[in-house]
Amino acid sequence: MAVGPASIVRPAPVEGRPVTVRGLIEREGVFSWLMLAPGVLFLLAFVAYPFFYGIFLSLEDRRVASEGVFVGLANFRVLAHDAVFWQVVRNTFMYVCVTTILKLAGGLAMALVINQRFRGRNLARAFLLLPFIVPTALSTVAWMWILDPTFSVVNWLLVHGGIISSGYSWLGNAALAMWSLIVVNTWRGMPFYGITLLAGLQTISPDLYEAAAIDGATTTQRFLYVTLPVIKPVLIIVTMFSVIFTFGDFQLIYALTHGGPANATHVFSTLAFDIGMSAGQLGMGAAVALSILPALAALIVILTIYLRRE
Amino acid sequence: MVGGRDFLSRARRLYIPLAVFVVLGLFPFYWMLITSIKPNRELYSQKIMPLVVHQPTLKHYIDLLTETNFLTWTYNTMLVAVVTTVISVVLGTMIAYPLARLRFPGAAVVAIGVAATYLVPQPLLFIPMADIINRLELGNTLTAVMLTYPTLLIPFSAWLLMGYFKSVPRELEEAARIDGASRWQAMTRIVLPLCTPGLLSAGIFAFTLAQNEFLYALIFLAKSEVRTVPIGVVTELIRGDVFYWGQLMAGALLGSIPVAIIYSFFVDYYVAGLTAGAVKN
Repeated sequence: MAVGPASIVRPAPVEGRPVTVRGLIEREGVFSWLMLAPGVLFLLAFVAYPFFYGIFLSLEDRRVASEGVFVGLANFRVLAHDAVFWQVVRNTFMYVCVTTILKLAGGLAMALVINQRFRGRNLARAFLLLPFIVPTALSTVAWMWILDPTFSVVNWLLVHGGIISSGYSWLGNAALAMWSLIVVNTWRGMPFYGITLLAGLQTISPDLYEAAAIDGATTTQRFLYVTLPVIKPVLIIVTMFSVIFTFGDFQLIYALTHGGPANATHVFSTLAFDIGMSAGQLGMGAAVALSILPALAALIVILTIYLRRE
Repeated sequence: MVGGRDFLSRARRLYIPLAVFVVLGLFPFYWMLITSIKPNRELYSQKIMPLVVHQPTLKHYIDLLTETNFLTWTYNTMLVAVVTTVISVVLGTMIAYPLARLRFPGAAVVAIGVAATYLVPQPLLFIPMADIINRLELGNTLTAVMLTYPTLLIPFSAWLLMGYFKSVPRELEEAARIDGASRWQAMTRIVLPLCTPGLLSAGIFAFTLAQNEFLYALIFLAKSEVRTVPIGVVTELIRGDVFYWGQLMAGALLGSIPVAIIYSFFVDYYVAGLTAGAVKN
């Protein structure tokens, strides 16, 4: 009986909402930051902190299990006069540039082939993507065996096909080792280009092709003036991502050649590993790793600007 | 004949290039398989035709499973992959949701920060990270990789999920809020169920990447009992200059199978995840 009047007496919650915990959590800003906090704190602790700590380390002479001594830019000065370091710079650029061109051209061809209508297309797509999803270290071990100095199946095919008289040492010869890495990286990365570019191709309306065909455009013209302009954004983004990740490639090179023979396939990441981990010179290793930052930062800035503009 | 010419042109544009891509793409897997079932006298002979197996054997598989820690490595790999996938998808969701759907101070900074952490390559971080893990005395524990893998996977999951979260119409959430749902309820009961494909994509991708991770595992896991499959195979089955190719290939093949199975069930989600970053819906 007292229930009715009580509800009338209760103060109207119209003005000056009382601050309850629930009310606070429901505020957009508070709720957002409560949600963000765990992930952002995690990334600050395990990405941002190591990043800045790495810059700090690169300015120190710091060896494993001993205190570091601040040396300013001495590590970078040593690197600037180190022939191996400059070889690593050249190797890395060659590795990134050549694989990118091959993956882009091959991936585009792959996308154009699968974009045709045929039975079993989804199956073909699934199989073609396989090199990209299998753990890299494991497929690289298979390549090691394929390129084995004595029992290489490639040599067997070339010799028995009458193309060469005796087998090559694919991973033991400086020039061949770099090309072997390039082939394996292309084998693994090309499907990524192929499948993403295929998704780009599938956004092209068939009407565009019909209109072009009616206007008498040849196949080449249709590719140049219809296909390319439509997939250009995808092409650029995929390439930028791939370049950034190829720059940081480690396991393929580590597993296949360890940077050898005679530093011929050393790149930034493997050199940083050798100096920082195997030799225990953390400061110098961090300096090697940081040396890719300028090129990388430029790429990232270009990509970010491009993504914002789109 | 018209049909004949059609076939020729189709062969030139489709069948022949497709066959080349498929053969080159899958040959290493074929090679893994037949190497793993060849007896040693076939493997290490230059006289026997190597492209097929003459006398198949399971010896390498038996040796791999009984003489090495392969099963332990598999268990470690699975455990780490599952734990890091769950951590990454949950934290990735919690980052992506406010960024995609809410307005709050600092949103732009967080968005740029997440993109930057996604693009910072591992080689830039592994040396300081090794020092940090040492100081935390986590060397040779799976905790070390469970803590570090999410640094690669959270930014990626968040990035992928933002696109999915943005695609859910605002009205659905507003209607739920008017009916008295809290923000948390609107998220967990309205938006997240609608984004199941995105969550699956992120999960499968994170799982695959976790299985593929090499550098942190190489640095942090130096004892055989805590190693993952890629590290175990590369560091322990390759012994000096003596190679056990049969076992190596058996290990490489078995190590690839979990990913391949998950992938075969969810190809479409995987492809969606792969292309989400590059192609706008």
